[in-house]
Amino acid sequence: MHWQIDLIILTFTIFCALAAISVKDLLSTAILFGAYSFMMCLLWAVMGAVDVAFTEASVGAGVSTVFFVAAVFRTSRRTKD
Amino acid sequence: MLQQYSEQAGGQKIEIHSSNHSFALWRLLLYATADFPAWGDPNSPANSYLSPHYIQKSIEETGVPNLVTSVLADYRGFDTMFETAVVFCAGLACFLLLRNFKQKEENFYRHIPTGVIIQFKKGDKTLPVGKEFEHIDTEWIPYDLIIKTVCRILIPFIQLYALYVVAHGDFSPGGGFQGGVIFGSSLMLYAIAYNLRTLVQRVKEKLLGLFCAIGVLIYAGIGVVCMALGGNFLDYGKLSQILPVDPGHIRAYGMLGVEIGVGITVMAAMVIIYVNIVSIGRHDEGL
Repeated sequence: MHWQIDLIILTFTIFCALAAISVKDLLSTAILFGAYSFMMCLLWAVMGAVDVAFTEASVGAGVSTVFFVAAVFRTSRRTKD
Repeated sequence: MLQQYSEQAGGQKIEIHSSNHSFALWRLLLYATADFPAWGDPNSPANSYLSPHYIQKSIEETGVPNLVTSVLADYRGFDTMFETAVVFCAGLACFLLLRNFKQKEENFYRHIPTGVIIQFKKGDKTLPVGKEFEHIDTEWIPYDLIIKTVCRILIPFIQLYALYVVAHGDFSPGGGFQGGVIFGSSLMLYAIAYNLRTLVQRVKEKLLGLFCAIGVLIYAGIGVVCMALGGNFLDYGKLSQILPVDPGHIRAYGMLGVEIGVGITVMAAMVIIYVNIVSIGRHDEGL
């Protein structure tokens, strides 16, 4: 029924996931993780799991991104490997 | 790691081997997914015994329209209590690992009327912080009026929304976890818009620690009260003996109490984790 929406969101999810592990700049990785979480949130919402989508939006895309940025702020910006 | 080993071995053989192995494992896992029940299959084992009971009987047994909340806070209340305890432990672990009570060697002050910045190299000298002097960070940036104003307007609405999410967990998506996280992030926004010292002065560390523990105690306390009234642990139906409310909705009130406990713990734990990470446990300067 919603397969076009599903396809678009899934493409973005995979794109964000691959970008997050391949980018060298850790701040960008944190932001990409936030985008990935948001795409997962949309995917949950499309599947009808609104409670899970809400949790993913507030915890995954919201607070954990802030924690990642805070950790990057206190360590180094660029990855060593 | 893989590249290092293959360079040490002097050839590509190892790399090819392991990539073959991982490819085989990948194919095996993909092959095994064919055995899974189809998505939303009503005859799958997970959907054939417990789920129909929850879906058909939940409203008449608990009186709560939101099925997810009734499963989380009532049928699986014991589970959620220990999830809350896990969040409490996360906050505690961050505090124990990162908290550093040593004062910083260097202190910077700014004379507000003139804008002169004063630096103390030894930590023992301090200036009275007030109308004349203010404590500033090592990498001090003048406050942005736009960010400050927007955050000042936004924060009350975010907090009100968080309270709404906690209070309406029974009727719409949401609940203690989400509400607590939203409330905690409003306090983080406050720290980002002003500075960390302002937040730490407003919301004391002791208060946060106390809140973090009180939430779990509220949750466990409701369970113990139910036991004292002659029921099982977290059997909210027994609360009707002491609460003057409609007995049909008593389980919803019990769940609301539990969700408030969860919200308090999560809010305090999130702020503790943020403050400790961003200032490396010193609670003075940060993002």
